[in-house]
Amino acid sequence: MLSIKNIHASIEGKEILKGLSLDVKAGEVHAIMGPNGSGKSTLASVLAGREEYEVTEGTIDFGGKELLELSPEERAKEGLFLAFQYPVEIPGVSTTNFIKAALNEKRKYQGLEPLDAASFLKLLKEKAALLELDKSLLSRSLNEGFSGGEKKRNEIFQMAVLDPKLTILDETDSGLDIDALRIVAKGVNTLRNESHAIIVITHYQRLLNYLQPDFVHVLMNGRIVKSGGKELALELEEKGYDFIKEEMQESLTA
Amino acid sequence: MNTIKTEYLEERFNELLSAQPESKLKSWQKEGFQTFTKVGLPTLKNEEWKYTGISRLFTRDFSIPSKGTESISREIVEKAAMPGASAMNHLVFLNGKLNLELSTFKKSDDFEICTLEEAYNGRYKDDVEAYFNKSSLVTKDGIHALNVSFMNDSVFIKVNKGHEVSMPVYFNHIFDATHNHLLASPRSLVIVEEAAKVEIIESYYTHGSMDSFSNEVVEIIAKENCQIEAYKIQNDTPNGNHVGTTHIRQIGKCLVNTVTISLNGGMIRNNTDIIMEKDANEAHMYGLYFLKGHTHVDNHTLVDNTKPLCFSNELYKGIIDDYATGVFSGKIIVRPDAQKINAYQSNKNILLSPTGTINTKPQLEIYADDVKCSHGCTVGRLDEEALYYLRARGINKDLAKSMLLKAFADDIVMHIKIEAVKEYVESLIAERLQLHD
Repeated sequence: MLSIKNIHASIEGKEILKGLSLDVKAGEVHAIMGPNGSGKSTLASVLAGREEYEVTEGTIDFGGKELLELSPEERAKEGLFLAFQYPVEIPGVSTTNFIKAALNEKRKYQGLEPLDAASFLKLLKEKAALLELDKSLLSRSLNEGFSGGEKKRNEIFQMAVLDPKLTILDETDSGLDIDALRIVAKGVNTLRNESHAIIVITHYQRLLNYLQPDFVHVLMNGRIVKSGGKELALELEEKGYDFIKEEMQESLTA
Repeated sequence: MNTIKTEYLEERFNELLSAQPESKLKSWQKEGFQTFTKVGLPTLKNEEWKYTGISRLFTRDFSIPSKGTESISREIVEKAAMPGASAMNHLVFLNGKLNLELSTFKKSDDFEICTLEEAYNGRYKDDVEAYFNKSSLVTKDGIHALNVSFMNDSVFIKVNKGHEVSMPVYFNHIFDATHNHLLASPRSLVIVEEAAKVEIIESYYTHGSMDSFSNEVVEIIAKENCQIEAYKIQNDTPNGNHVGTTHIRQIGKCLVNTVTISLNGGMIRNNTDIIMEKDANEAHMYGLYFLKGHTHVDNHTLVDNTKPLCFSNELYKGIIDDYATGVFSGKIIVRPDAQKINAYQSNKNILLSPTGTINTKPQLEIYADDVKCSHGCTVGRLDEEALYYLRARGINKDLAKSMLLKAFADDIVMHIKIEAVKEYVESLIAERLQLHD
């Protein structure tokens, strides 16, 4: 579904990703871990199409299309969803109107009629219940005055409504208390299926306990330096990143 | 071709006055023209007119409406009227003059409607003498003096004590610029008695392809416990120019809300003055200028706190596209005796094009020591982070921009309390943003 080949990306002339490659198949859950500044969030931004990042080399195939040639909105309509690390507060645009616009834009792209009011409200209600999201939040301005936990749950709620093919969770676990983490994880797990791939970017093991990834990758200095199964995350939690640095040193000197 | 001409105005003034019998109104006009002759048109050197080159309008030869009644087809009146006018006290002003034939309003004991001359010659002589033309004590420039000189006797309204005017009073200004450039000078006096309630809406429409310049003054006297909504909706053609002073005196403790919406037109200047003359007066002033093309809109506001415990809140927002210009100047005066007042002012602007211009200037003159005043202004582009967030959810860039701008404008539009007017403004904004729902 997603094939990233030798991506180099920079911001303000500084290269952050230095030849990153990754293959993600439908139905898989991949975790990407790595120390601060290793390029995790840059990867999320490059995938979603943030314009400040310049891709200088490499290709990204997404369901047979060259992702890098698509605008952020086209990527979303093709089925890519980025759950933001810092969801933006937008005064004056209600959560409901926002999701309605997003859903109808996607349906238009797919050649479908806009969802009728009754079906839309039913969908909204069903997904809000899944994320235990207070209904009053839906009529309020998007993310404005939401708590940290509410913002993150709202991201997963949007994912649930928009039903993407590929979801990137960018540090969705940061700033969440145990209860909110459990709700978010439950939401993600419910939407896990054979046609939906998920990339989880995280610093910590705790979200992975709930999500049970198929693969864990370590990102360092702009490249994936080690990949393994979910046990790799446990090893990282225990030992930190130093042991990987040592391994890299050894392979260099060997 | 481009020289500013005002000499011919004296001739027109003499013609106009010679056709009138001697009266108190005439002496006000004479005083006005003396002032105009003395101070002339404001130039960019005049601090209050620094960003609005109003004298440029006078490179044209304006025709000045004579005393008599003129006429225009009902079709044009319909075209000029905002939707919902049929459920309002609909007053049609043609070239500044009240046209009773084209107006439709419900006569009731809630309020009196007549011309100023009728008011002065009839039961309301004392009211006219007591309240008329006090605005000239505050605004001393040549444009205001020109209004007095050439004033069209627009309307005198008195809302009776304890009465609530159930339907909004709608001033539908139509300017006929079919054959000549037109200088109209609408002039009205509205007295809102104790515990009365009224909503006033004004709109402006230029018919024909020559230029119109409406130089208007409305004086509103607000007495104890009254409540007033005063709205201006400006959606004229690019050849429609306007200077309008809404001079509101709160002579009793009362509540005044103003909303000024400017969407289209040529050169526009709105002076909104609130003079707080009693303790604990309250006023809210809102403005939205959403401009494109070469439209120029200048909002000058004044809140003069002359007594203690007054409260005022002011929010003006601007969206500037193309070659348009927005000007905001907000003056707050706190007189020495006006202790414990609260006065807030905010002006926020979004520039959509590199060729648009914004000039914003808060002016605080505080002569009391125990007051709470705040002011702030921002000029920026559309929030890029918000735009990216919407796009990352599949919303096209143009739609995302429109959603953000609508949200920005809604902050002002929500303060329009008359549903029909609010819907009308919302529809104009949706049309501008190409939003369809």
